[in-house]
Amino acid sequence: MAVEIDISHVARLARLELSDRQLDTYGRQCQELLEHVARIQAVDTDGVEPTSHPLPMTNRFREDRVTPHTVLGQEEVLAQAPDTEGPFFRVPPAIEEA
Amino acid sequence: MTFTTIAGAARALRSGSITSVGLAEQVLARTSMVEAQVHAYLTLDTDGLLEAAAGADEELAAGRDRGPLHGIPIAVKDNMTTREMETTAGSRILSGYIPPYDATAIRRLRDAGALITGKTNLDEFAMGSSTENSAFGPTRNPWNTDRVPGGSSGGSAAAVAAGMALGGLGSDTGGSIRQPASLCGVVGAKPTYGAVSRYGLIAFASSLDQIGPIAHRVEDAALLLDAISGHDPLDSTSYPGGIEPSGARLDGGLDGVRVGVARRLGGADAVEPDVESAFDRTLAAMEGAGAVTLEVDLPFTEQGLSAYYLIAPAECSANLARFDGVRYGLRVDGATTEQMMSRSRADGFGSEVTRRVLLGTFALSAGYHEAFYGQAQKVRTLIREDFARAYRECDVLVSPTSATTAFPLGDRTEDPLSMYVSDVFTIPSNLAGHPAISVPVGLDRHDLPIGFQVMAPALEEAVMFQVAAALESLAGFDTTVPFDPSYGLRGGVR
Repeated sequence: MAVEIDISHVARLARLELSDRQLDTYGRQCQELLEHVARIQAVDTDGVEPTSHPLPMTNRFREDRVTPHTVLGQEEVLAQAPDTEGPFFRVPPAIEEA
Repeated sequence: MTFTTIAGAARALRSGSITSVGLAEQVLARTSMVEAQVHAYLTLDTDGLLEAAAGADEELAAGRDRGPLHGIPIAVKDNMTTREMETTAGSRILSGYIPPYDATAIRRLRDAGALITGKTNLDEFAMGSSTENSAFGPTRNPWNTDRVPGGSSGGSAAAVAAGMALGGLGSDTGGSIRQPASLCGVVGAKPTYGAVSRYGLIAFASSLDQIGPIAHRVEDAALLLDAISGHDPLDSTSYPGGIEPSGARLDGGLDGVRVGVARRLGGADAVEPDVESAFDRTLAAMEGAGAVTLEVDLPFTEQGLSAYYLIAPAECSANLARFDGVRYGLRVDGATTEQMMSRSRADGFGSEVTRRVLLGTFALSAGYHEAFYGQAQKVRTLIREDFARAYRECDVLVSPTSATTAFPLGDRTEDPLSMYVSDVFTIPSNLAGHPAISVPVGLDRHDLPIGFQVMAPALEEAVMFQVAAALESLAGFDTTVPFDPSYGLRGGVR
């Protein structure tokens, strides 16, 4: 399947605000790389199961118990945030006002 | 006396001929001598190291012996979280980030008594093969500072090679431990996927990433690996069964060992003649020591590079979604949340990371997921079957680690694909989830180290280390040349 990357659309999906010049460069490079790796489509994989984990393991469950050494305090967690308000992370408006 | 091996230093600590503080001072003295030229470290924790060393000496004097890593200075790649020590993953987006917790591998190192010297340089988020993609400047190869150390664990490999630590930890997604170990003339091993917990390893490609050791000797690498491996409930992909200690058969030798020679692994061509002849010389020596060799073909590994450059970007695009300027890391202001995130990410990621996030986002996007990511995961199965066939006839497989020795800085930065082919020999083991190790076996005509790769089936680390230890002693390669002050770190800083 011949594919053309719509790089502005992909950049939007990836939440990357890029300049027109950057979009141009990355678009060209990604297109070249994609054409190279697309050779993989010629491999006959009919009836082949995909590999997600190399060892024969499926979902593993554990008891939902508090493990004190992996629980972080609220202050510790918020300490690295660029902006906070009280016990919350603060961000610019997510929804425009009507 | 200069200590270069972990096992040797451990013996000297117990016989009283050196203290842990003495070892710490040795690596700090070496660091102050060469670090300005090599730039292996992003964070060097001088005070923490000396304090921990004093504590290790006190413990040992009081009869509390934590084992072979007790009091040994170890350098750690800066994509593993360290409590209260900056962790950047080589990225501007994490500059200044102080994790509130230790990665499991770090916690196990500390429990084993090891001392963390600091955090080593890497390609941003471990994406690269030269350590030139670090947001904080490149690392240089201690054998020749005009050359790259390889990557992405180039900082750990260079630190160990130059004596700025006795051992190191790296992470390997497509060769990021083995290739820099090869280029820096030290030993580096990627364990079986699931052998070492990934908890606290800043995720790049979750189905491929593994933490592993870098050291001067195979024995030392085994000591490090055995200290950090084992099941961890905090990583759901961690292997729950027991694994034979990787150092269990170091003296096993090569007699009767069936060695599959995978000369064209990954579709490799253009192997440098000096690399090829060092490889053949090593093979002949192994045969002389009783190994039985046969040439093997793994045809589907030729698709390995393509599969890798779909799977790794796809998984990275998902993993790196967490860097959004909300909870930690860089924030660039914007009028809306989306604009703030999009600006923070565009500003915080370097060009290689941006390129892979874009490629991966595309490969996972509606309409293309099955054709690209899905197909790559199926090809991965075919590659695993290739290995399974080969292992019906062989105990281990061998190949060069890298088709070339250390290349000059700037040589491959303009053309992403030329950098990507650095990893053709190493990628197949990541795709299969198998363990693999690089052992230095010689020098090329430019006095640059050449690595030899040994691969083994999943969970067969003990056999892999057995073969690696045997060929290490056959090769008799002196890894400690860059320790010698008169070696003078040729090349100089341009």
